[in-house]
Amino acid sequence: MDLFKIFSEIEKIDGEVYERFDTRRRVFKHLTGLGKTITAATMPALLSTMFNKAYGQTSGLSPEIKNTLNLALQLEYLEFHFYDTALNTPDLIPASDRPAVTIIRDDELGHINAIKGLLSTDAIPDPTRLAFDYTAGGRLAPFSSSAEFYGTAQGFVDTGMRAYKGGATKLMPNKDILTAALNIHSVEARHSAHVRLMRRVLAGSTNGGDIAGGPGNANPKSWISLTERDGPRPSVTAPVYGPGNTTDFPGEDNVQQGGKNVQTTATYPTIPGVTLTDAMKAAAASEAFDEPLDDGTVKSIARNFRSPLGERLGLFA
Amino acid sequence: MTDLTSPFSQVPAGLPRRAFLRVAGASAATAGLVLAGCGKTDTPPVVNSNILYLGSTSTSAADVDAGLLNYFFLLKQLEAAFYQRVVDALPTDLPPAERAFFSDLRDHELVHRETLRYALGNRAYDAAAAQPLPFDFSSLTLTTRAGVLAAAQQLEDLGVAAYAGALRLVRTPDLVALVAKMSSVEARHAALLRDLRTPGSFAGDDVVVNAGVLQSVSLAKTPAQVIAEAKAFFLPIVVSTDLLPTA
Repeated sequence: MDLFKIFSEIEKIDGEVYERFDTRRRVFKHLTGLGKTITAATMPALLSTMFNKAYGQTSGLSPEIKNTLNLALQLEYLEFHFYDTALNTPDLIPASDRPAVTIIRDDELGHINAIKGLLSTDAIPDPTRLAFDYTAGGRLAPFSSSAEFYGTAQGFVDTGMRAYKGGATKLMPNKDILTAALNIHSVEARHSAHVRLMRRVLAGSTNGGDIAGGPGNANPKSWISLTERDGPRPSVTAPVYGPGNTTDFPGEDNVQQGGKNVQTTATYPTIPGVTLTDAMKAAAASEAFDEPLDDGTVKSIARNFRSPLGERLGLFA
Repeated sequence: MTDLTSPFSQVPAGLPRRAFLRVAGASAATAGLVLAGCGKTDTPPVVNSNILYLGSTSTSAADVDAGLLNYFFLLKQLEAAFYQRVVDALPTDLPPAERAFFSDLRDHELVHRETLRYALGNRAYDAAAAQPLPFDFSSLTLTTRAGVLAAAQQLEDLGVAAYAGALRLVRTPDLVALVAKMSSVEARHAALLRDLRTPGSFAGDDVVVNAGVLQSVSLAKTPAQVIAEAKAFFLPIVVSTDLLPTA
């Protein structure tokens, strides 16, 4: 077997063959570390291992799909470390809510593992907790009280949900990945509904939530209502519920669906004793649809939460 | 209603609508329905059958998508009718704080239903029907909070699983985007109802599952599985998914 001839042949169709092996020196370390003589019999297996390491582990996905998934992955890191930090902060989360927050944290870890599995070596590695600044440069204090924590959490889950939805059509060339993203995204929506419920309980709500969350967005419904009065912490959360960078991404108060004003299309039957106002109809029409958000807007929201390390790592760039 | 001006021009109005609906002489007799969705170029409706076929033998993207939208539309009709029934006679043991949930849920499902009807235009399976398909809720207990919550959770979890399994089959990007906007709201509904029924069960491991390389994703069901679980509501009509795509 003439190894160099093989490489030379490969070079004709892949000019980067040497680079592939050179940047994967561990392959050779592994080879030499075997501590035994390479015999003719073991050579094919070893070569197979080497070539697999050099060629076999990239995802083979298009750049657009990789970018979309890697943005989602970064958001999942952001969310995972957020809940994980909260769970490790004494006296922050009411005991009755700890199981739910644990479920959410663990689901985010599941999403991280899922996306890493899809991206293989193309996955951006976990930048660690140190890459994030959950105060958004001193504007938030999410670990100071449960109200602050849940308020920030609502912003994260709704951003995540809108981000997945915004990326969905880009994933259509790969149906399995489209399904993965959409089916992660509906779990984010479940999380959002629960975070909103916890906020209502905290606020002592007696009515299941107000349109747009009421004053200070302290009494949110389980679904996104209009633009949520710019969200729990407007200085940071307003863009979470607002429009994106193009007309394809309207704000959450949008009632135009498929070119039709669904506020007027839908028939609202008369209910004895209940007068439906136009404001109520507009709220229902907006609540019935979660809007997608473009990646540029998602990144600009997420960049609020980069620490200097996260910035250096180029998160959400 | 016409879809000539519909933004969903990806579903051209002129294509054969063959087999969206091959309903149903017997059903017309038994349920008082006259359902027909066929233009003059189409195969005549199958008579003496009460089978509602969702989908089409055509493999064009427009026809495939119309079949899938009809599937989603039928589920939305079911949910809207269910919540209307609930709101019309709320269980007496439903606390005041929970009543608003059901009018919101009803409103959302109405909006979804009408949005899909508009998207389908004259391709809606019941576009030419004299009256909408009636649903049979006799298997449910709608007089108690527990019964209503159990039924609502069943329908919403089923709806989430239906989108999770069938959105991938839709071929037109704008339609995927439109239906995805509704799918996450369905998940919100399901999560709330689960929490009302069993606190903390919003993302229970019967609905948030691991599937292959994927972890913590929504449970997905095929159209055939979904319709099988809902079949009691359609009686005496039998809904067939045989003409919907499976991949």
